[in-house]
Amino acid sequence: MHRLGSGIAGGRLAPAEYERNFSDLHPRFDRHEALVASDRCYFCHDAPCMTACPTAIDIPLFIRQISTANPLGAARTIFAQNILGGMCARVCPTETLCEEACVRNTAEDRPVDIGRLQRYATDIAMEQGRQFFQRAAETGKVVAVVGAGPAGLSCAHRLAMNGHSVVIFDAREKAGGLNEYGIATYKAPDDFAQKEVDYLLAIGGIEIRTGMALGRDFSLQDLIADYDAVFLGLGLAGVNALGLEGEDLAGVDDAVDFIAFLRQAHNKADVPIGRRVVVLGGGMTAIDAAIQAKLLGAEEVTICYRRGKEHMNASEYEQDLAASKGVTIRHWLAPKRVLGKDGEVAGIELEYTALRDGHLVGTGETGVIAADQIFKAIGQSFKASGLGALAMERGRIVVDEHCRSSMERVYAGGDCVNRGEDLTVSAVAHGRDAADAIHLAFASAGQPAVAVA
Amino acid sequence: MADLRNDFVGIKSPNPFWLASAPPTDKAYNVERAFKAGWGGVVWKTLGSEGPPVVNVNGPRYGAIWGADRRLLGFNNIELITDRPLQINLQEMKQVKMNWPDRALVASIMVPCVEEEWKAILPLVEETGADGIELNFGCPHGMSERGMGSAVGQVPEYIEMVVRWCKQYTRMPVITKLTPNITDIRNPARAAKRGGTDAVSLINTINSITSVDLDNFAPVPSVGGKGSHGGYCGPAVKPIALNMVSEIARDPETQGLPISGIGGVTTWRDAAEFLVLGAGNVQVCTAAMTYGFKIVQEMISGLSDWMDEKGHQNLDDICGRAVPNVTDWKYLNLNYVAKAHIDQDACIKCGRCHIACEDTSHQAITSMVNGVRHFEVMEDECVGCNLCVNVCPVENCITMVGLEPGTLDQRTGKIVDPTYANWTTHPNNPMAQVAAE
Repeated sequence: MHRLGSGIAGGRLAPAEYERNFSDLHPRFDRHEALVASDRCYFCHDAPCMTACPTAIDIPLFIRQISTANPLGAARTIFAQNILGGMCARVCPTETLCEEACVRNTAEDRPVDIGRLQRYATDIAMEQGRQFFQRAAETGKVVAVVGAGPAGLSCAHRLAMNGHSVVIFDAREKAGGLNEYGIATYKAPDDFAQKEVDYLLAIGGIEIRTGMALGRDFSLQDLIADYDAVFLGLGLAGVNALGLEGEDLAGVDDAVDFIAFLRQAHNKADVPIGRRVVVLGGGMTAIDAAIQAKLLGAEEVTICYRRGKEHMNASEYEQDLAASKGVTIRHWLAPKRVLGKDGEVAGIELEYTALRDGHLVGTGETGVIAADQIFKAIGQSFKASGLGALAMERGRIVVDEHCRSSMERVYAGGDCVNRGEDLTVSAVAHGRDAADAIHLAFASAGQPAVAVA
Repeated sequence: MADLRNDFVGIKSPNPFWLASAPPTDKAYNVERAFKAGWGGVVWKTLGSEGPPVVNVNGPRYGAIWGADRRLLGFNNIELITDRPLQINLQEMKQVKMNWPDRALVASIMVPCVEEEWKAILPLVEETGADGIELNFGCPHGMSERGMGSAVGQVPEYIEMVVRWCKQYTRMPVITKLTPNITDIRNPARAAKRGGTDAVSLINTINSITSVDLDNFAPVPSVGGKGSHGGYCGPAVKPIALNMVSEIARDPETQGLPISGIGGVTTWRDAAEFLVLGAGNVQVCTAAMTYGFKIVQEMISGLSDWMDEKGHQNLDDICGRAVPNVTDWKYLNLNYVAKAHIDQDACIKCGRCHIACEDTSHQAITSMVNGVRHFEVMEDECVGCNLCVNVCPVENCITMVGLEPGTLDQRTGKIVDPTYANWTTHPNNPMAQVAAE
């Protein structure tokens, strides 16, 4: 009898299985489903869902528009607050935002399907190429935006709408940021992120320069000198390391790189995956990596998290989704050492943990999980250079409620700032609010001082 | 088990659920199926004079309005009376009655307002063994343009005249079916009674256009781009029907006149409401056309179970029980004071009560208390209008609570008076009947 095989390889599944596994997680509602789902909305006064939405979309209004067979009107309502409403409808953890706040939960434990209704309306508008916002007359102002992710794109669109010109710089090859590189494949199939970028750019006045990295190709000081204002939507480029023995072994990878590689792979069979995969971490990245490892044909996928279920950053819904795909989630296990054989990963040694007096401690009891691939998903950090004397706090850029940084004419938003949760929808809100603040600053600068006061 | 047997003007049926004269009762095939499903009786689709039958349009006959999940709420039709030869209908009626002797079979008739026409058809119907006749003075579309249906029902003198002929030329009980397309339903009911009718049935359908095709600017149902008003029925018309039934039940001139209640009966509860407001039985159409004949099983068991629960033995125990509680506005007790009360445990905090009250009524419900989302009635502003109860999506979350006599009404600053006082004696009423001092 042979030992079960090991190793990292692609092509573990039949082509049809890849197709099925990486197709749309939640297909779009059809018209009838949308009407039935929209009928469940109570059109609440001062609706809790709207308060819970970081971009404050008028949810009761857009759902009512859907219910009256006006999906384009619904899309206009959504895009007015959130121009990336299409992606947010796909990736927002609605179960901890709008849908958690839905009053239907109180009566019957099931919220209105806000996310899927939002997708219904935005998909229709985008497929028809319907643009709801026109560019105001050119103001002559030019704003530099660094980062073509959700924050930068949202900021650029709002600025363009107000007649300003925008140049977006991004270090990567494609625009979209995490929407393009960081989202699980089955959440945004059919190249949706690029379609959304195109839809957004159609307003005009926005130029994107890819392959341009801050600190390498230009500095913040350069931008301040050349542009009327600067928005930094940099994201989190750094990935936290384990700092453990064996971390350098072949087969130990960053989950974010795996997710990005998979997203960019035209043929999912080209993406190699281990038979036994361990994912370290408790957030959305860990879940996305684990689920997709399973969908690529890994036989055993185990998430190891050093705290309890209730401490996981991944929502309950995401945890359940992982479980439904066959991922095992183990709690109270901290990695001690990566075990190797012939320069490759063979397993991971873990120690049981516990909370004592509010502190996480190892119990001393250890064990080994056999693995031929390990993904690290224990957090990302802000890593940037070329920012000069910009004020930072706990590793992030300091901003006020208008996304103004410590430097004159420099604004920032998204994951790189010390404000809000690290979510796509929060980044969109920051970008939009920063654009409004920039627009206001331009306007007041053009006014006599008396009028401003 | 409650006894649901029904005796309506001498016509016996095992339960009070009849199918109204309409498409479901147009031929033996349907009626046989209805009786198998358990219906207590049918009023056969309206018969016309002997000779070439009427014709129907060959395009859409029906229109509807729906809830968001396509639940049918209201329905209309432009179908005419039976378009099958009279003799075929009569033969089938006779056969069905022989097959189902315990079920009620009533013939609906609509012929021109000419004595000879009625005199001619009545013996033919009587020969079938039908239990009674219903005079169709109700249909508001098509036939009314030819001086029949609602064209008769809108002229009390014609009603009285035709009823008189019918009573003269047949031994069968006469039920006069009334149109609601009239300002005061009591007038045609009184006329029918003067003519000697055994009963009235109501309501027939209401003049209506269900919707408009906005692409073609055409009313629905649209026959080749043109539409005509049709007869409206279904759940949406029930409140109108209930009122008209109660008006006849409590009118001194028609009190005691048997009524067959029609109009949006969809469930046992609808039926029970008609019965307690003075109907002796009910007739159903739209619900059957929406869901099929099986719905009668729910109606029978629901009515029976409710009667058992409440200790009502038979239909006589419930028929007309609510009639004494229907009165004129002027006799309502103005000293009765109620306030809305919100059950905070049941409240889901949708805020609908607040915004309805704030925007459109009396600004009597909070939205925020001490910085927290909280909906509570301010009794010093609440007039007890019941709007919040009606807009609240949670049943029984908001209730109207009557203030005990002797307690303070915070809105008016007055003590609730235990005595009954209505508008007829109110000081603000210039016509008040004040006793001479």
